[in-house]
Amino acid sequence: MDWTAIALSVRLAAIVSAVLLVIGVPIAYWLTFSSSRWRFVVESIVALPLVLPPTVLGFYVLLALGSRSPIGRAWEAWTGHGLAFTFEALVIASILYSLPFAVQPIAASFAQIDRTLLEASATLGVGRLRTFQRVVLPLSRDGVLAGAVLTFAHTIGEFGVVLMVGGNLPGVTRTVSISIYDDVQAFDFASAHRTALLLLLFSFAALGSVYALMRKPWAVAPLS
Amino acid sequence: MSLDVRVRSRVSPRFALDVAFTAAPGTTIVFGASGSGKSTLLRLVAGLRAPDAGRIAIDGRVLVDVARHVDVAPPERRVGFVFQHLALFPHLTAAENIGYGLSQLTMPERQARTAAIAKSFGIAHLLGNRPAAISGGERQRVGLARALVTDPEVLLLDEPLSALDHETQSRIIADLRAWNDARRIPILYVTHSQREAFALGERVLLLRDGTVAADGTPDAVLNAPSHESVAQLAGFENLLDAIVVERRPNAGVMVVRLATAAIDLETPLMSFAPGDHIRVAIRAGDILVATEHPRGLSARNVVAGTIGTLSRQGAVVRLEVGVGVPIEVHVTPTASVTLDLRTGRDVWLVIKTHSCHPVAAV
Repeated sequence: MDWTAIALSVRLAAIVSAVLLVIGVPIAYWLTFSSSRWRFVVESIVALPLVLPPTVLGFYVLLALGSRSPIGRAWEAWTGHGLAFTFEALVIASILYSLPFAVQPIAASFAQIDRTLLEASATLGVGRLRTFQRVVLPLSRDGVLAGAVLTFAHTIGEFGVVLMVGGNLPGVTRTVSISIYDDVQAFDFASAHRTALLLLLFSFAALGSVYALMRKPWAVAPLS
Repeated sequence: MSLDVRVRSRVSPRFALDVAFTAAPGTTIVFGASGSGKSTLLRLVAGLRAPDAGRIAIDGRVLVDVARHVDVAPPERRVGFVFQHLALFPHLTAAENIGYGLSQLTMPERQARTAAIAKSFGIAHLLGNRPAAISGGERQRVGLARALVTDPEVLLLDEPLSALDHETQSRIIADLRAWNDARRIPILYVTHSQREAFALGERVLLLRDGTVAADGTPDAVLNAPSHESVAQLAGFENLLDAIVVERRPNAGVMVVRLATAAIDLETPLMSFAPGDHIRVAIRAGDILVATEHPRGLSARNVVAGTIGTLSRQGAVVRLEVGVGVPIEVHVTPTASVTLDLRTGRDVWLVIKTHSCHPVAAV
């Protein structure tokens, strides 16, 4: 088994999950509680990776990060090397690719919270940020956790975007799914089997924990 | 301290709330059918909804003034709100719920205030429990304590006791009265229960179709309604079509004739002219039943009729007595048995002049 690729995937997934928790929670909050008429635009953008072919997303990210793009040039001026085909590029692409997997479960659990709890908090003199910390977040803890688990699992298993943006550099951008692809190309079916089975078991465990977390309606049910 | 409300708010294309009143310290009952705008009014005062026009102020402190573009956010309004379904935080204990609005205080101060109010509301023993683990009446007390402990300048209550049995209601009403006697702030209390209106209210605002239809003491608004729809809301079971026959100003009474029954009733003198089509509102519980023709009575109205239907509903027996029109009468189960009341029996209904309320027909 390619332990380097597994370690790289775990590191990538951990970073992506952490970043998406930080940016996914405010996006989910805005999507749930905003009354803006442009909400549907943001909803569509967030959900886009669900339907977009990974190669299309990867292609555009590659163009956006390449040495001819403003982002790529700024990165090169700052760090001295290009952004494309690096671990950092994988992180950026994976964040975009996994965005709906973080935002949607979190937004779903926010939406389940009884709005009068937020109104009660306001009439008790508590502002929005503190209400979020003291009421919204505790009541949607399981949804936030589910978002993190789904993001982690989805990032571990991604292939197309990674290949487009990062290529296949051992220890730098070769993730576990690319490692399986390599094994199959080299007719090393035994190694492919072992890694594939590991991914299968891991994905099942991740989904199992998500469904177990999401099926606790009493955690957020309004009380009369 | 007094609450001054002059607002207009369009709720739907066909319904707008348009009210103007000043609530003095003490309990003002906001009474009305569902959809009359009661809850909208409370939400406007709390800042959970913005008016289209108008101004709300507590003494000189403006909460919202559309013309001057002032709109104070709900957390800064100092307006307490007890929601119909309470909206207790399910993940917090009773103590944490009560202390929720006191986060600007130090922990010992917060605990002291929470303990003090919990003691006065008789819920000190369950401070460590979550809302799901306590009874309905106790939850109601936690909801009240949570709103009151922050010392609001105005208190809004949206049918806070509607889900409770009468005994629990009475005990909580007593607690609320005691608290209000000590603080004297304006309280708007939404209900459609007459019991609560009489037990708590110093004044009743009756809302109909988004406007104030009547305003006065509970007795004036609910016991002597001036308008048919008010009488319906105030729970008069009998609303009978009638024509004014004669005014007797010296006796302070007038005589009206029931439209389909050719029966004359004496009512208190009101500003109607002979020939006016009106309605007479009579409570079913204000009518006496006799099985023989009564004599030597002070009551002026004695009407002969026949019992049509008879049904028991809890602690009352509902009779429908045909006198040319059906009249609903409530008697106790004991009276029903003692008098041997049954379908087809001839009876006499005795109604005092002052139990007949002439109201303007719509």
